[in-house]
Amino acid sequence: MLHHTPAVVAERKALRINPAKTCQPVGAMYAALGIHRCLPHSHGSQGCCAYHRSHLTRHYREPVMASTSSFTEGASVFGGAPNLRQALATIFDVYDPDVVAIHTTCLSETIGDDIPSILKKAAADGIIPQGKRVFHANTPSYVGSHVTGFANMVRAMVETFPVPAAERMEAVNLIPGYVEPSDMREVKHLAKMLGVDARVFPDTSGVLDAPQTASFRMYPSGGTPVSVLERLGQSRLTVALGPTASEPAARFLEAAHGVPCRVLDLPIGLRATDRFVQTLLEDAGGALSPELNDERGRLVDLMTDMHAHLHGKRVALWGDPDPVVSLTEFLADLGMKPVCVLTGTPGKRFELRVRGILKKTAPRAVVGAGADLFFLHQVVKKEPVDLLIGNTYGKYIARAEDVPHVRFGWPILDRVGHAHFPTLGYRGGLYLLTRIVNTLLERADRDAPDEELELVL
Amino acid sequence: MRKIAIYGKGGIGKSTTTQNTVAGLAEMGKRVMVVGCDPKADSTRLLLGGLAQRSVLDTLREEGEDVDLEDIRKEGFGGTLCVESGGPEPGVGCAGRGIITSINMLEQLGAYEDDEELDYVFYDVLGDVVCGGFAMPIREGKAREIYIVCSGEMMAMYAANNICKGVRKFAESGGVRVGGLICNSRNVDNEEAMIREFAKRLGTQMIYFLPRDNMVQRAEINRKTVIDYAPDCEQAAHYRNLAKNIDENDLFVIPTPLDTDQLESLLMEYGILN
Repeated sequence: MLHHTPAVVAERKALRINPAKTCQPVGAMYAALGIHRCLPHSHGSQGCCAYHRSHLTRHYREPVMASTSSFTEGASVFGGAPNLRQALATIFDVYDPDVVAIHTTCLSETIGDDIPSILKKAAADGIIPQGKRVFHANTPSYVGSHVTGFANMVRAMVETFPVPAAERMEAVNLIPGYVEPSDMREVKHLAKMLGVDARVFPDTSGVLDAPQTASFRMYPSGGTPVSVLERLGQSRLTVALGPTASEPAARFLEAAHGVPCRVLDLPIGLRATDRFVQTLLEDAGGALSPELNDERGRLVDLMTDMHAHLHGKRVALWGDPDPVVSLTEFLADLGMKPVCVLTGTPGKRFELRVRGILKKTAPRAVVGAGADLFFLHQVVKKEPVDLLIGNTYGKYIARAEDVPHVRFGWPILDRVGHAHFPTLGYRGGLYLLTRIVNTLLERADRDAPDEELELVL
Repeated sequence: MRKIAIYGKGGIGKSTTTQNTVAGLAEMGKRVMVVGCDPKADSTRLLLGGLAQRSVLDTLREEGEDVDLEDIRKEGFGGTLCVESGGPEPGVGCAGRGIITSINMLEQLGAYEDDEELDYVFYDVLGDVVCGGFAMPIREGKAREIYIVCSGEMMAMYAANNICKGVRKFAESGGVRVGGLICNSRNVDNEEAMIREFAKRLGTQMIYFLPRDNMVQRAEINRKTVIDYAPDCEQAAHYRNLAKNIDENDLFVIPTPLDTDQLESLLMEYGILN
């Protein structure tokens, strides 16, 4: 299928082929689903909303509720205010959410719709019922990526909900980043194990991994309640996991409400999880439990047990900057060689961080932001790798080059498990490591001649 | 910090008036930032002594999204801070989106933060409020005061009236108000009285009447404001007065635009009947 990708890299400035990112509203929609009884609303034409919903559904295999301003040609010319007003009236009449989280689209951004003015007028005209909340984030897709959209929506949450606080509480704000429902669950588990009273937001666990109960619930039981969002300004600390996805919100809470913040890498792998745990111990009043120590110990055990199968293996990985940075560190700790590390999301920080991590392990690694999978393919064609780690879009490269492929990141449209088994934390590390090792061992079995097919690996 | 947007018909002298007024304010010791919102990027030429500024959008195009404030902000006459948003070449792309992008970028880079200690921000906006992009400077939280440059020519008054319609829309939901009309004289009959009355009917005031003086053109050829080029001339004094009037202004209103019949009858009354 991709056999004709040339191994020689020609310089490209304007063209991206198979980009390693998608557009801001998908991330904004996903973040908004992390508020309890919140309906994401796409201010644009129907196609945007339909695509984003279906993309999320394909990844999480859950229904994704969202509404749209349904722009027509008229709205593009005259502005989208009447559509948004009509949409809000219908939403509260028919779907009755507690919160509507509006994100813009390229079309409404280019028109220049002034959402705060439209909302203010809608509230004054009684279109937004008493006690219901409507807020918005600007998410033009010609800036950044889906991760930027997620970050913008999370920042909009803290711009909207927290009320000024008279006194500080013991609680700690925890922004888990652009991760799976299972990971948000894992972050809460870690905080609980350490005895930290964590206000986790956004929280899609219980929303996008809701159990089958044989009855349809428009708004599942999960999501951060508004009452919690309102109290974020009173917390003693914000711990933001993943600088790209979570830092803007944490910085806003610091500037506007005086809540200090720590911005950490996503806790993927042993050391990044250690840093997260250490922060909760030192700055958030946590206390180490023997159970958590055991969880850590089990990960260390598997890492050392399987070391022989991993050492020196060349890996190409791609995805969103926050998870890829932490995964690179984890792979280096496992003795593997991440020789190609790419993200589609633009930003200089990514390359600096990854180069820093790989200084000793793979100083000649190809590292890049704003890159695409066509480039990744060219790199691995020229200097073959043993393993690909990244989202579903890499499967064509995996087939063309006959290289095993571990699904990691977002989106995963052709495998299951990611929404249920975490990647974050020590337990997530176990699950991730298991997949990596088993994938390599399966390949070893497949490739082994009869006389070398070992029973014990 | 006072945030001011200057609107008015194309060619009426918005950029010239803005820069001369800003020069007057700078002379008074005020710290002023000028944000040119015109794709032609000529809103700061007189303050900078030429079109030396690289626009925000040119910088964005060439350097990507990692831009520093120093890349796009230059210091001009009297310590004024000059920014040009710039835009696409004529006939291509979307100039309105360009303005949204550059103002967002200035905000992100902290150009409006308290530690910049600005007394004034001036947005010099191209012509009419033609689309959402050109209304960006008067959205919620941005410019709070608007001055409309006009003359006694009918089309200039027509444009001023139209701008008031645009402003009214934002004034009702946000905090933006009209501070007055600046009459940039074209030597039309009865001009001062007519604009004074026009302003009154719009619910605002004529904040200053700038007489026509060729000194303005001479200064422009020399890439300077009048205050810079000929500080002692009469026109320089007029610009200082305008700056002072704006500095002391406390009449801020939601305008009451006229309908076409009312506007034409005003012209009949003052223009043709005399």
